[in-house]
Amino acid sequence: MDLSLAQVPQGRVHVIAERCKQCNFCIDYCPTDVLMYSDDINAKGYHYPIVAAGKETACIHCRFCDLICPELAIYTTEVTTETSGGD
Amino acid sequence: MSVIEETIQPGVNIHPIDKLLRADRLPHILCPGCGIGTVIHGYAHAIAASGLDEDQHVCVSGIGCSGRAAGYVNVDSYHSTHGRALPFALGIAVHKPELNVTVISGDGDLTAIGGNHLIHAARRNVNLNVICINNFNYGMTGGQVGPTTPIGAKGTTAPQGAVEQPFNLPYLAKATGAIFVARWTILHVREFQDAVLRSMQKKGFCFIEVLAPCPTSFGRANKIGDGAHEVEIYRERCRVENGATNLEELDIDLIDESKSITVGNFVDVEREPFLA
Repeated sequence: MDLSLAQVPQGRVHVIAERCKQCNFCIDYCPTDVLMYSDDINAKGYHYPIVAAGKETACIHCRFCDLICPELAIYTTEVTTETSGGD
Repeated sequence: MSVIEETIQPGVNIHPIDKLLRADRLPHILCPGCGIGTVIHGYAHAIAASGLDEDQHVCVSGIGCSGRAAGYVNVDSYHSTHGRALPFALGIAVHKPELNVTVISGDGDLTAIGGNHLIHAARRNVNLNVICINNFNYGMTGGQVGPTTPIGAKGTTAPQGAVEQPFNLPYLAKATGAIFVARWTILHVREFQDAVLRSMQKKGFCFIEVLAPCPTSFGRANKIGDGAHEVEIYRERCRVENGATNLEELDIDLIDESKSITVGNFVDVEREPFLA
């Protein structure tokens, strides 16, 4: 199998900051370590996840952060090939 | 999955699955690190994947933290009295056999006060999908020891550690006649959603135990730490064994680090459902 032909999907992370309760699940289990805590806090006083510096294109749209989030505060969308070049 | 695609609007603060939830009630009341939100989330995904109309789904819950689940899903839902989620759901399932009735409740509600209803609903093979969220204690009332608390685990009513033999829920469900029995944790999100979807497709009594962290009551009393630490225990010690036949050996020992926790889809058989 020629792995160089395999295309890894690229994702974009969307965070609904006001729902986050800082449980750490998304940051702990991201396979490519895309996320880190923000310095800011939301209305309830929790630090919410943001995309870490230098990791803007690292998300592979595996959706694990979305599926495990108990607060439905994070999801990813797939970046199509046409737009991924411009990011 | 058209429901999900319709609702994606980048930049707007809604989640793709919000249409199946009462998003105006979010963020929910559950503690940071609690696993019940993940179970509600997984149930919503299973509804979307089931291909059935939302009107064809009914969610029934009992009392306790897990009983809040019915209040957050945007299908017909009922928050019944303590332990009586199953008889209530039985009434719906028998009167309207075309509906897909799911009971989401906790270990205390389903196996302690509702234990009798559980074994008889399984014996009759009522067409229900039961999601039992097992957090090993009575979380809402302050961490008392319940029928699923592992031996040695501490609770407010057992400061020296629990001494009673806990229920082995997959073994109980299989022995009483459930046609689909599974155990997953909130870390096994995709496997759990597939199990819920499978139970929605089956006609009969399906039982899914989900291990969920309770950082506020169980985690603090047992020095496990926050929810992420308990999920890390699941990651380190869970062993997937689909179709396991030795269900009597599937006891959970969270305290002894050398013992693994067996998860998987254990039973998948067919049997004549009750009054269907």
